[in-house]
Amino acid sequence: MSAAGARRPTRTLSEHESKRRLAAHGIPIAPERLAATPDEAARAARELGFPVAVKLCGAGLAHKTERGLVRLGIADEAGARAAAVDLLAAARPADGAEGVLVARMVRGTRELIAGCVEDPTFGRCVMLGIGGVLAEALGDVTFRLVPLARADAEDMLDDLRHRRLLDAFRGEPAVDRARLVDVLVGLGDLVAGDPGVVAVDVNPLIVVDGVPTAVDALVEVAADV
Amino acid sequence: MSEAGIRARFRPLFDPAGIIIAGASTHPGKFGFVAAHNVLRHDYRGRVFLTNREGADILGTRSLRSIDEVPEGAADLVFVCTPAAAVPDLLRACARKGVRAAFVSSAGYAEAGPEGRRAQEELAALAAELGILLVGPNGQGVISTPASLCAQIVAPYPPRGRIAVASQSGNFVSSFLNYACATGVGVSRAVSAGNSAATRVGDFLEYFAADPETAVVLTYVEGIDDGRAFYETVRAVTARKPLVLLKGGVTRGGQRAAASHTGALATDDRVFDGVCRQAGATRAATVEEAFEAAAAFVTQPLPAGPGVFVLTTVGGWGVVTADRVVQSPVLELVPLPDDLRAAFDARLPPRWSRNNPADLAGSETRDTVIECLELAVRHPAVHSALLLGLGIQSNQGAMERSGRFYPDHGLERIVAYHERQDRRVATAAVELGRRHGKPVLVASELAATQPDNPGMACLRELGSLAFPSSFRALTALEHLVRYATHRRRRRPEGAPP
Repeated sequence: MSAAGARRPTRTLSEHESKRRLAAHGIPIAPERLAATPDEAARAARELGFPVAVKLCGAGLAHKTERGLVRLGIADEAGARAAAVDLLAAARPADGAEGVLVARMVRGTRELIAGCVEDPTFGRCVMLGIGGVLAEALGDVTFRLVPLARADAEDMLDDLRHRRLLDAFRGEPAVDRARLVDVLVGLGDLVAGDPGVVAVDVNPLIVVDGVPTAVDALVEVAADV
Repeated sequence: MSEAGIRARFRPLFDPAGIIIAGASTHPGKFGFVAAHNVLRHDYRGRVFLTNREGADILGTRSLRSIDEVPEGAADLVFVCTPAAAVPDLLRACARKGVRAAFVSSAGYAEAGPEGRRAQEELAALAAELGILLVGPNGQGVISTPASLCAQIVAPYPPRGRIAVASQSGNFVSSFLNYACATGVGVSRAVSAGNSAATRVGDFLEYFAADPETAVVLTYVEGIDDGRAFYETVRAVTARKPLVLLKGGVTRGGQRAAASHTGALATDDRVFDGVCRQAGATRAATVEEAFEAAAAFVTQPLPAGPGVFVLTTVGGWGVVTADRVVQSPVLELVPLPDDLRAAFDARLPPRWSRNNPADLAGSETRDTVIECLELAVRHPAVHSALLLGLGIQSNQGAMERSGRFYPDHGLERIVAYHERQDRRVATAAVELGRRHGKPVLVASELAATQPDNPGMACLRELGSLAFPSSFRALTALEHLVRYATHRRRRRPEGAPP
């Protein structure tokens, strides 16, 4: 085996930039704005509609939640402004902070996880799994090589052991299979069209009224790209 | 390479005009003896030349002292049992005589350390230079039933059939061939790749796809070096034929440190599993599952969908079998259609289960099992059927036949009747499946415990497989449904089903 285990050095894109890349391939994103100042954050929140989430946004921020850089369920402009003040003050130089991301909170009981990884034997693969806090315990995930045909993406939905979660669930409609297939094919296209992309993590991919919607995302590219 | 090119490349290995056993021995404990014995014993249809330094008489055949004594162009395959050090000169001599393929069983190559690895690389380079297809070294052998060729250093030799086997490990070839012998579901070609110095499992898979003698491909793989190439090969095969894959170990990558959850969840085996499904290969967890899946592919049509109907002559079997269908990720237990229930009602007393599984509750008369099976198999909601309970009456018959009351007291007549009945039902199961183009599987532990039971024997005679348990039958059926679904989802638009 040639490049066994030799993972390429990578850098991460900011959440905003990562999502911009996803959106360019038709992956639904919860409405959001990047705000450079607390005032811009407050205005963005008003325009998006409450409640909102406010997160520090920067290329060096792969683990925002662990550092307390995500504020959820903000109900008014004052709250949005205050969150932005806090988060911008908490930024470290290595974070590469470009502002705060203000996003409309979306509601959905079901969380999926999707993405792309580079396997040392087979190369880049698209992944779909059951997400949320139980994701790693369940380990209910499935992979396909890039590029991905629609039939491959359809098979991925059927591979999930807990695929019944894709049916109508607790008063929410069934997951729109075609839209979920679109997400997987879109991820495959994103990766296939850019050899520099090493990994993509869409987590969570929340099912909002049946539509899988990217709520957080992280794109890793080769460091030399 | 074109299909014709691939066939031409492998013809000297699988359909040679003559074979040289180099390093043949008079000592029955040596591989050089066993290889010669196996080739001669199975009446290989081409010419056989044995070489032995002393020119000894081996199994009534006078051996030649050197390759130089082989007539030019008389053999195109050499089976090598000599020590590794003698192999390079041997290959050169063989090439001069027109040999185009070499199966090297000799050990002492990459498996033996760095020096052996170097010798192996040199051997591969030499074979390439000589234009010889090199298989092995350190391989167990090659089987080709259309040529009656049993060139291997262990038993067995399988019946002729349409399953082709390529394995990275010789003992799995033996396992699959043993199952072929036991079940009668035969083999076209089988080969162990040994150390794969020049010819890898993937190369054999490519050949099997192009081989008209092969309908189903069965393979065992361990390490995979070039994942992408392997994927492309498998995908090309499954566009033509089903491929059942058994994998040992995991890929060598290990788990990567990753910044993402996606990375943490990407264990090698899950990625491999996805690759198999994408490529259309069906993956088996055990050696018996692998063989039975391949046997199901060659003996049954592909199902049009996931719907399974279970017919049993008695009780509990149907219940556990139905549980297993319900738990399957790919099979569905067909809800009993009203018209089918009515048709069964018209033929059976009211104590039958009136459900799927259809438990006839021992209420059958001479023709009911066959009639009910036919009603179910031809029903459009039913994609495949599983019959349980075949052979019970013959089993009772066997007890009566072997006891002291036989043949008196009417036993001779009733035993003959039961045995005839089991044969009729077995025949009907096979014929109904063929006539309606649907899988009709039969499962009974008698397949393992009493293979001579007339029901089981009849299935075997008709070229079908009696599954030793309903679970194993359903596992095989899952392979069929997965492959059929794979093909259906990738059918070009407007193509016929």
